[in-house]
Amino acid sequence: MRWRRSPSEPRRGRLRIGRWLFATFAAMIAATLVYALYPRPMPQTQAIQIRQPLPDIARLRTVAEFAAIADLDQRSIALFEEAGRVIQHPRCMNCHPRTDRPTQTDAMRPHRPWVSRGPDGAGESALRCSTCHGATNFESSGVPGNPMWMLAPIEMAWQGKTLGEICRQLLDPARSHMSRKELLQHMSEDALVGWAWHPGGGRKPAPGTQAEFGAIIKAWLDTGGKCPA
Amino acid sequence: MTAFTINGQAVNVATEPDTPLLWVIREHLKLTGTKFGCGIAQCGACTVHVDGEPMRSCQTFLEDVAGRKVTTIEGLSPDSSHPLQRAWIAEQVPQCGYCQSGQIMQAAALLAATPNPTREQIVDHMDGNICRCGTYVRIISAIQRAAREG
Repeated sequence: MRWRRSPSEPRRGRLRIGRWLFATFAAMIAATLVYALYPRPMPQTQAIQIRQPLPDIARLRTVAEFAAIADLDQRSIALFEEAGRVIQHPRCMNCHPRTDRPTQTDAMRPHRPWVSRGPDGAGESALRCSTCHGATNFESSGVPGNPMWMLAPIEMAWQGKTLGEICRQLLDPARSHMSRKELLQHMSEDALVGWAWHPGGGRKPAPGTQAEFGAIIKAWLDTGGKCPA
Repeated sequence: MTAFTINGQAVNVATEPDTPLLWVIREHLKLTGTKFGCGIAQCGACTVHVDGEPMRSCQTFLEDVAGRKVTTIEGLSPDSSHPLQRAWIAEQVPQCGYCQSGQIMQAAALLAATPNPTREQIVDHMDGNICRCGTYVRIISAIQRAAREG
């Protein structure tokens, strides 16, 4: 037992505290690095869950089948929900990705090869969509095609959104870049949209026909363009 | 685990369901007759049959063939006696040879559906298979010979 501390003890104490602080700091840095570098799927590499089983959606109901809904707002919502069976079909959703990378197949897997939307939605300058996607479907290889092959603008990303969110997005010209008249034209006449019913390569087409889909969209807009919750 | 049949044999492959079929064929099942060309379904070198239909295995995912029948060049005939294989040799089709297994698989699907194709049908059907050596004339001759000799 000692009655007096040796002169070096306070310094040792300070050293011990310093070492402890250093160890804590190093452990924190290490934990941060482990967290930051731990491999986890990026949004671009995740498959998007499709919302509906495909066998259910062979046909679209006609506009006349909604006439029994007396409440106009409810009818409008029901019409949009029917249109949603096309809108949320993989043939449409694959080109409305939430990242810069499109998806493909019914499982909505990330596009292979890795491509990016580029400045105009039709690919980067060194790898345009048209590098592989011709003016028509190429049955020999199964590669789909259309002269306008491109992605929807990022403001019109549909993947990961509810039908109600998509509906409100469609009606917002700031995001859809379309008036209601242009929206109707896009849905009912646009040849690239029309590809969804003639996808080739053994792919499942969107339900119904583009004309039936256009009629539903028109009826939805005519009934006030109401959106599901 | 994905189960399917390859060249008449049932297999179970334990890998990610979005693995390209070409990778499974070459790396997991060690059937290297099917070639990697472009990897983007543009050249046809990786053509195999899935339930008898020619498909580009580089752009076909493993999950797409679950429960289905895949045939590669190794399974076209047990002893290389398929009429196309014989015709290929008779016509001395290959130059470098890299694309030829894809060419033969694509042609085999044509002859299975159309035993006596016209030249136009051959050209139309083979349109997606590229040969950088330019052996197209000999490929057409060999398909015609296989159709003729059966």
